Amino acid sequence: MSTPVPISLVVNGEAHDLVVPPRKLLSDVLREDLNLTGTHVGCEHGVCGACTILIDGRPARACLTYAVQLEGHELTTIEAVAEGDTLSPLQQALHEEHGLQCGFCTAGIVMTFEAYLRENPAPSEAEVRDVLSGNLCRCTGYQNIVTAVLKAAEAMRGGRGA
Amino acid sequence: MSVTRPLPHDAARLHVTGEARYVDDIPVPGDGLHLAFGLSTIARGGIVEMDLSAVRAAPGVVAVLTAEDLPFANDVSAAAHDEPLLAQGEVFYCGQPLFLVAAESHIAARKAARLGKLRYREKPAILTIDEALAANSRFEGGPLIWSRGDAAAAIAGAAHAIEGVIETGGQEHFYLEGQVALALPQEGGDMMVHASTQHPTEIQHKVAEALGVPMHAVRVETRRMGGAFGGKESQGNALAVAAAVAAALTGRPCKMRYDRDDDMVITGKRHDFRIAYRAGFDGAGRLAGVEFVHYARCGWAQDLSLPVADRAMLHADNAYLLPAVRIESHRLKTHTQSATAFRGFGGPQGMVGIERVMDHVAHRLGLDPLEVRRRNFYPGAGGGLSAPRSPAASPPEDISGQKKEPGVTPYGQVVEDFVLHEMVTALEESSEYAARRAAVAEWNAAHPVLKRGIALTPVKFGISFTLTHLNQAGALVHVYQDGSIHLNHGGTEMGQGLFQKVAQVAASAFGVGMEAVKITATDTAKVPNTSATAASSGSDLNGLAVKAACDEIRDRVAAHLAGRFQTEPRKVHFEAGKVFVGGEEMRFAEAVRSAYEARVSLSATGFYKTPKLAWDRVRGVGRPFFYFAYGAAVSEVVIDTLTGEHRILRADILHDAGASLNPALDIGQVEGGYVQGAGWLTTEELVWDGKGRLMTHAPSTYKIPACSDRPDIFNVALWQNENREETIYRSKAVGEPPFMLGISVLMALSDAVAACGPGYPALDAPATPERVLAAVNRVARG
Repeated sequence: MSTPVPISLVVNGEAHDLVVPPRKLLSDVLREDLNLTGTHVGCEHGVCGACTILIDGRPARACLTYAVQLEGHELTTIEAVAEGDTLSPLQQALHEEHGLQCGFCTAGIVMTFEAYLRENPAPSEAEVRDVLSGNLCRCTGYQNIVTAVLKAAEAMRGGRGA
Repeated sequence: MSVTRPLPHDAARLHVTGEARYVDDIPVPGDGLHLAFGLSTIARGGIVEMDLSAVRAAPGVVAVLTAEDLPFANDVSAAAHDEPLLAQGEVFYCGQPLFLVAAESHIAARKAARLGKLRYREKPAILTIDEALAANSRFEGGPLIWSRGDAAAAIAGAAHAIEGVIETGGQEHFYLEGQVALALPQEGGDMMVHASTQHPTEIQHKVAEALGVPMHAVRVETRRMGGAFGGKESQGNALAVAAAVAAALTGRPCKMRYDRDDDMVITGKRHDFRIAYRAGFDGAGRLAGVEFVHYARCGWAQDLSLPVADRAMLHADNAYLLPAVRIESHRLKTHTQSATAFRGFGGPQGMVGIERVMDHVAHRLGLDPLEVRRRNFYPGAGGGLSAPRSPAASPPEDISGQKKEPGVTPYGQVVEDFVLHEMVTALEESSEYAARRAAVAEWNAAHPVLKRGIALTPVKFGISFTLTHLNQAGALVHVYQDGSIHLNHGGTEMGQGLFQKVAQVAASAFGVGMEAVKITATDTAKVPNTSATAASSGSDLNGLAVKAACDEIRDRVAAHLAGRFQTEPRKVHFEAGKVFVGGEEMRFAEAVRSAYEARVSLSATGFYKTPKLAWDRVRGVGRPFFYFAYGAAVSEVVIDTLTGEHRILRADILHDAGASLNPALDIGQVEGGYVQGAGWLTTEELVWDGKGRLMTHAPSTYKIPACSDRPDIFNVALWQNENREETIYRSKAVGEPPFMLGISVLMALSDAVAACGPGYPALDAPATPERVLAAVNRVARG
């Protein structure tokens, strides 16, 4: 039952053939097998959101997902958000608006809102706060993160901002 | 100049792209091992038998160590040598490390660590403050007592008196990045350690002791932490020592990372306190005398409990002149996690005590608590500053705030820089406190179920380590021949932006852009004998050490250029990436190259020690602090009197960061500190069961503030106020002081509860919905 099994994962557009134990968490596979250490492990039971990645474009907790469940799905991690040296509008806004301190929660927040802003390109401040409540940050008090998300949304709609 | 500019965090770009490397992200050579502790499942008892055969036989296990296997020191304490890495025959708290597993993977180590078969001879555990008092279980023999004047006589002679008790809970740090360390064995028995720590030098020291080698054989590097808040001042020692010992034994790299539950179960938290108070005062609410008795629950080992409890005593006055005061402090030893440093370091607990007194006095007299607070403020700073006051609310005999002799703290330090009269008046206006207080009263008169409350509380926080010798820092600066600058100092980066602030200092010193300065990881091989990055001292100490090193190199270059161009060194200026010598100008890189070719050393160390400090902690007399940092917050809350649920509707903050080195980073500290402080006093509740087991060991059961918990309206501004002391560019420390702005939330909740009936709320913290509801019912009964 713990015999490693072969799986194929598509991560950030690249196919990977791996052999992993069935109980190995996706967060560990990303970090250890694929060296994608931008996905951080915070609480390890799905509450803090630091390990948020996208599965088929939808946010999910990598620490609550077994890698073997994801055969045939497309995964996106923080490493694929910027295009080369060009930050996404959300990354740019978090950078400019001081939406981070220790940075450990940042990747999860970026992934959460990369997905959310595609779904809802013009969120209200209340909506942003509501969605952000699924990602814990111990440093900032959240104010600048909310500001950054709203600024990114505006930039992505083609307005001023980032 | 780079200083004073609101530049983003130096690693912001790395953080948003996931590139920033934390200890757990450092590539480990293929033969690396992973460690986990086997933990005690009881709070107190003797170990009768420890059968680890199943642990050793578990898949992937390479080594299992107990206390007997440790070749040298079995101690990971900060100072008192009372904290074994692995238990020696006896256990003192539930969660104490008993044995150490090294395995091929993190999960294999964790699984194996659960397989130990332990037999204990259980003894009764001392878990609570009352149990510790009954058993006389304490550190330092008896209580520490400081006094000034005759408080008992002053209370007896006062027109009014109150007494009461407030309890404040502990607090889990919940740094998002858990504790982690990586040890890499080197040639000749040397050890390289990467640790998520605020105190690399202490890690170096403890690892050296554990390996039986001199400190020179151990090198510790810390690039960054994913949050710390005091929780990585001493609590990382165990992991680093375990990793180093296992690495030395196996010859393989060893990494130890606590999973979140282990982290919360093993490591220390903020001290919970009980504070009993008595106060005597006149009809205007002006205090004549106050007595405090502090009971601090310190846990099983001493750790930093003595200075924490001292700092609670040192902040028993907060912003108020106490004519006669007695503070008695009990440091109680219990069979629970060893309570440790946490942002504020006892200051918040001490401050809650006096803020509670202010609230209680105001309730007794039917006065606005803000007016009572203001009447008790220390006199304003000298220089003719006269605090604006609300004449209608001030009794004619009230002269505090007018120009007169500065006030003296209970420990004899003169308060020379008191700016709260002006700050509070400014905040009162910007937050429309008076109008909103009236609106709250109106709302409460009209609404039977939802009640609102508002409170303004001040902060005066002493800056300096109270252990005077810690107030020193070193720096190492190299200028390379291409004009690029390598910057190193003893401070550690935990998200607070210290590295960027100090880099701004270096760039300003050389008159170059930020891109010329390379920020490098804290490294015991570059700057030795450093103090923990703690006590809010990071920028103050390291900023001036770095400036000293930069000035040294700049002066050497200036002397060289003055000679070359036949002028005086003082006529050489460094600005905008250029150097101006008399009528000549050249790029900084050219100037440096010229100095290099003239065989001028372009590397220097810098050193700084804080002046003016003198402190006798046993007598409680002296000048423990170089200066004070100030702040004030107005919080407005609403409670549901049927459920006790509550939220923060609005917060307005004015905070004194001196002449800020970086206003953006400082405001970040203020906002984050307030929310963390509010969390401590409202939602963050640690629960131990009757057996001493911590039941709240993950964020599913321990609730730190989420975005939905922050105030709907959140106005934060810095008070422009040059430090009167010669700090780095006249800035002020900003790490801890804003945490205590969160006390305004507890006091606003008290105000809301007070609207429910005639009684005094006597609200304990954390003011969870349960406690608020109980208080609502209490005051309704009168």
